[in-house]
Amino acid sequence: MPSARSLLQHPAAKPLLFVLALLPLALLVVGVQRGTLGANPAEALIRSLGDWTLRFLCLTLAVTPLRQWTGWTALARFRRMLGLFAAFYATTHFCAYAVFDMGLDWNDIVRDVAKRPFILVGTLALLLLLPLAATSFNRAVRALGAPRWQRLHRLVYAIALLAILHFFWMRAAKNNFAEVYVYAAIIAMLLGWRAVKAIGPRYFMKLGSHSAKG
Amino acid sequence: MLLPQDRGFVHRSPSEITAQSAFERRRLLLASLGAIAAVAPRRTLAQAPSKPMPLPAARSAIPGAVTMDKPAPLEVATSYNNFYEFGTDKSDPARYAHTLKTRPWTVAIEGEVKKPMTLAIDDLLKLGALEERVYRLRCVEGWSMVIPWVGYSLSELIRRVEPTGNAKFVQFVTLADRAQMPGLSSSVLQWPYVEALRIDEAMHPLTLLAFGMYGQVLPNQNGAPVRTVVPWKYGFKSAKSIVKIRFVEQQPATSWSLAAPEEYGFYSNVNPAVDHPRWSQASERRLGEGDLFAKKRPTLMFNGYEAQVGSMYAGMDLKRFF
Repeated sequence: MPSARSLLQHPAAKPLLFVLALLPLALLVVGVQRGTLGANPAEALIRSLGDWTLRFLCLTLAVTPLRQWTGWTALARFRRMLGLFAAFYATTHFCAYAVFDMGLDWNDIVRDVAKRPFILVGTLALLLLLPLAATSFNRAVRALGAPRWQRLHRLVYAIALLAILHFFWMRAAKNNFAEVYVYAAIIAMLLGWRAVKAIGPRYFMKLGSHSAKG
Repeated sequence: MLLPQDRGFVHRSPSEITAQSAFERRRLLLASLGAIAAVAPRRTLAQAPSKPMPLPAARSAIPGAVTMDKPAPLEVATSYNNFYEFGTDKSDPARYAHTLKTRPWTVAIEGEVKKPMTLAIDDLLKLGALEERVYRLRCVEGWSMVIPWVGYSLSELIRRVEPTGNAKFVQFVTLADRAQMPGLSSSVLQWPYVEALRIDEAMHPLTLLAFGMYGQVLPNQNGAPVRTVVPWKYGFKSAKSIVKIRFVEQQPATSWSLAAPEEYGFYSNVNPAVDHPRWSQASERRLGEGDLFAKKRPTLMFNGYEAQVGSMYAGMDLKRFF
């Protein structure tokens, strides 16, 4: 059996991921055409696109922890594409809302975004996501310089928190939080792991030096 | 023939060997991915009502009782329901309401009436001549459907029990049985679900005591075996699976106004000019028309029944009494 590393580095891996990531959208389009999205297809579309945004955000945030945990360094190749798909599904999610819920009436959209906190938070998350998508290509990294680029892209942590708040408020009307908690736990784990990584070594070094002085 | 000596599998360098710890973490990762896939929500088809029983009725002659709007297909009206006793998801009632036992069933009528009575469902059904009424149903969430109901005016029952002068309100108490209703384990609402109308609203000929829809006995997920339909109010004002009708002097508490008093008032008349605190009520998405790209339609005052019911609220501040 070929090793995981050679699979991850296979030239077909990226195109395969690209096709897989488009599959949810393709299935939704087929669902619309065949009328299998239930009694309220517009609502099903909007919500499903939101779910997939959240899933791709989680996948993107999972790449670095997984890479360091498993030692599969080749995973890093997929981070950009996953992040871009998060931005893609977020944009599609907003467009579906704008078209199906609001009939593309921009006055109504602005009023609705201002009136409903959960939509405001979701829109904010999308607006923060767009500059990250726009600076995802290699030349942008070079132009910004790696440290600045990295600082900018740490916005994704805030985006993930806004996204989960958006989902939480959307479900608050029905006290229906089971799914929200699953995503919140995943995001808390992925962000918490980074926090421990960032604070941990320094903290433990301090502990170590104290005990050495004993 | 010269054969290489079998020395078993040899790694070219020790770094090729996956560390035991990394191997175990990968195993754990793959196992948890499998577990996630196993518990991922599955979409099941709405359960078809078990052998639909026909419930024939004549078209109603009451003014406003038969809208010309196109009714939603039966599959739409039976697969997209708010009936929290069976779960908060729209597809939950169709999936879980098959556990509801609608026979035997009795409805107790009590309180400020001269003739309190407890009626078996089949006797209640025969109390009035069944009519077909095609009503618009507007949900407070911003969607609507057109549904052909079967039943008779609630006023026919009310006259039978002879309310006293103290009967100012009519309260509807609905079934709350954990054995039949999995949604009762959720604390979204206080159980049993209770609703109420002012006595003049309850007496209005458009207020329907419904036993069926689409010419059939009510499917469980739509509030079997007996429910009210108050077409000029948001959908939650219509009580499903009623077990008790009480006539009282004071305005009774109602489930949604108990849960969120600033969001859901006692009257809850459909009103495009009074927004829900969290969203606009000016327009609605009509379900069951099959056109995804259809623009939302403007919501009508009293859901289009202003000519019939508007006079009951003359002079009332509808923003205050929402």
